Amino acid sequence: MMKICLSILFIFTSFIVQGQIDPELLRNFSIDTTERKLNMDAVYNRPFIQAGKLPVALGGYVEANYQYLNENGISKGHEFQMRRLTLFVSSTVSKRIKFLTELEFEEGTKEINIEFASVDFEFEPLLNFRGGIVMNPIGAFNQNHDGPKWDFVDRPLAATQMLPATWSNVGFGIFGKKSKHNWTYGYELYLTNGFNESIVSNSMNKTFLPASKSDPDRFGQSVNGMPLFTAKFALRNTKLGEVGISYMSGIYNQFEKDGLVLDKKRAVTAYAIDFNTTIAKTGTFINGEWAWIKIDVPDTYTEQFGRNQTGGFIDIVQPIIRKPLFGFTNSVLNAALRLEYVDWNKGKFVSTGENISDHIYSVVPSLSWRPSTQTVFRLNYRYNWQTDLLGNPPSRMAGFQFGFSTYL
Amino acid sequence: MGKRKIKVLSAISLGIILSISCSKLLPQLPTDDSILDGPVDGLSPEQNRIFLRGDFAFNDEVFTSSNGLGPTFVATSCGSCHAGDGKGHPFTTLTRFGQSDTLGNQFLHLGGPQLQSRALPGYKPEVLPAGATFSRFTPPANTGLGLLEAVPDATLIALSDVNDADGDGISGRPNWITLPSYTIIKTGAIHNNGKYIGRFGKKALVYDLLQQTANAYNQDMGINSSYESISTYNNLQVDPEIPNQTILDVVFYLQTLKAPVQRDQQDREVLAGKQLFIQISCSKCHIPQLQTGPSPIAAISNKTIFPYTDLLLHDMGPALDDGYTEGTALTPEWRTPALWGLGLSKNSQGGQVFLMHDGRARSITEAINLHGGEANNSRKLFQQLTESDKNKLIKFLESL
Ligand code: HEC
Ligand code: HEC
Repeated sequence: MMKICLSILFIFTSFIVQGQIDPELLRNFSIDTTERKLNMDAVYNRPFIQAGKLPVALGGYVEANYQYLNENGISKGHEFQMRRLTLFVSSTVSKRIKFLTELEFEEGTKEINIEFASVDFEFEPLLNFRGGIVMNPIGAFNQNHDGPKWDFVDRPLAATQMLPATWSNVGFGIFGKKSKHNWTYGYELYLTNGFNESIVSNSMNKTFLPASKSDPDRFGQSVNGMPLFTAKFALRNTKLGEVGISYMSGIYNQFEKDGLVLDKKRAVTAYAIDFNTTIAKTGTFINGEWAWIKIDVPDTYTEQFGRNQTGGFIDIVQPIIRKPLFGFTNSVLNAALRLEYVDWNKGKFVSTGENISDHIYSVVPSLSWRPSTQTVFRLNYRYNWQTDLLGNPPSRMAGFQFGFSTYL
Repeated sequence: MGKRKIKVLSAISLGIILSISCSKLLPQLPTDDSILDGPVDGLSPEQNRIFLRGDFAFNDEVFTSSNGLGPTFVATSCGSCHAGDGKGHPFTTLTRFGQSDTLGNQFLHLGGPQLQSRALPGYKPEVLPAGATFSRFTPPANTGLGLLEAVPDATLIALSDVNDADGDGISGRPNWITLPSYTIIKTGAIHNNGKYIGRFGKKALVYDLLQQTANAYNQDMGINSSYESISTYNNLQVDPEIPNQTILDVVFYLQTLKAPVQRDQQDREVLAGKQLFIQISCSKCHIPQLQTGPSPIAAISNKTIFPYTDLLLHDMGPALDDGYTEGTALTPEWRTPALWGLGLSKNSQGGQVFLMHDGRARSITEAINLHGGEANNSRKLFQQLTESDKNKLIKFLESL
């Protein structure tokens, strides 16, 4: 695994070096990644560079930041973080067979993940086959998560701390897309490996879908032989924007082994709705996502483990100055605001009949500067109010974050 | 530089300056008297490290099937029941059953004394056996326990008045208990026919914080240790699931958690309330001031403390008699709970209070009105107070 990554890194750097020697050799597909296509197009809607007649194109992005956070009056001090380095390699195997992979290094080499590695066969625009490691299309962030596309240092809480972005699994499926006049619609249907019992058995002491990601075996085997089904339908109007509805459901527990019954089958089901639009008059970009999750938690567990979860976020990004700056002709300065909410446990205490809390609110105003469409600098202020499940006075976290993210 | 550029630059730098200068935008440190957690003053850097390890094990180490939880259990971490080291909520209240006299628990073979009401997937939680009497215990706060542990046995004996020799209707006696084999007996410990004084737990069945901690891992979470190695699931001896070091770290953490700090100490009404507390004999059980003895931990050695307890058992009357007991305590007998930290109870009980051993009292007044038995007189005197005096007394109790 390490070897593969290193060799890819090597190939990659050698192209860069080569590129510096003779830029003419490089064909740069530098596209405007802030231009909004369907979220499902995000994997290919990235800048790639290709060297000469070589059949592979390369890309990637990097995200790093500084932060000064304070929790309940206790400062965490000055922190510098290399959140992630992601490399993409794509190749057009033949005219209608494409391969793309996305490798991610999080916090240095603490976590190395293949986020995506699949081969697409196009039969016709409405019918493509995709197989390999695919990103389950639940919500929009999971598919469209590249750092440089976002105006905030942190990823949305509801997408990463409730839904498990980035959530990809081995599997296959079909997808397609069709456009007519101002309208485009697309669908995706996948069967993949799924979750495991850690969603109700983890160190977070709550129902926590992202816990499944730490299973090192999940790309090799399914815990229970039951595929996770994910489906998404999205509709886009060039003037109005895009809405997507998505659904994901599967059995998460190991209910039998070697033919012996261990438990009943327990399902986890998620629904999400996402939308994004740009208000033509003001140029305001609005992007949001909301999800609901239902988990069949064993009755023998306490209410500590939520049976229902919900949460989402909305980002409002307002360009305020579009003028060349320091020689960057496409420079844009944005003011942005993110509002977020996650409730990990929607339910009532059996003992008192009162609501279970276990939720977080957060407000993140941001100032982001895009010298070009592929690079963003962001200055964020974040304030979180997190309430434990009993509803005790919230734990408050606030602070400043400054960072950048750029495609390579 | 163009005008535009200057504008942009100044906007950016203004942003940065604003951010840095606005330390108001960051949460303020809560005052020491408003929270329960945090160590006693005067720990050495070495002790701070042990404290932090214990803090982590207590609050952040969550047990799952992969690190030993269960198979039957009540909760998944110490912190789930003792949030912020404060009192717990009815949803983590646990059930004990099977003993109705001083002859011991008759239901040990049926899962007694503690009901393991939860289970890992595929396993069955325990159910209350027919015919067993039971009691429900709401988690108490964990603050200042090291100081209470360091109060000499001789003090407790001096406070006790087994036969009510002074005729005030209040006796108070220790729960004489049999020690587990791993106990290190304190210097100056007093014993009675091989039995020692229990001081922790609602029935004072527990000798010290080591026993309490090893028991909590075993009984509350199904985590066995070399101290308590019998599984609650099948009553068989099993391998330790937690290192002794972790248990000792947690014990040190509990020993060095600070005592709650009283608020509004100089407030006139609070002072008047305190006088009333003494006048109507609340202070005969809820002893306002105690002295710790020598302790290996300098920071809790020979300190004056204000816990409002005598750590002794009192007959609290039929209304609080659940028909269940532990050790040599009788069913209506309960150990006087410390009242320090009382005013902060709602910060760990979800904005409300659940007082008395099973959380049945939903306000301080209700708790007082439930006092019977030896506290009958005291309760009556409370009920005869004028409204304004009652309010002063409550205000005092809320300042604790
Ligand atoms: C299921 C909830 C629960 C869990 C989990 C739990 N406790 Fe407790 N704790 C209680 C209850 C209830 C009591 C009162 C028990 C009694 O009176 O016998 C208690 C009592 C205590 C006491 C005695 C306090 C006093 O004033 O007498 C200490 C110390 C303590 N717990 C520590 C711990 C530690 C350490 C852990 C983790 C290893 C832990 N508890 C886990 C519920 C819990
Ligand atoms: C005879 C001894 C005795 C006297 C006198 C007494 N108490 Fe108590 N008190 C106790 C005991 C024992 C309990 C615990 C009973 C239980 O848990 O069911 C208790 C519980 C309490 C509680 C609830 C604490 C908690 O954490 O749940 C409060 C408040 C309280 N007493 C206040 C008072 C006040 C005020 C007075 C005077 C009017 C008073 N007590 C007199 C023994 C006494």
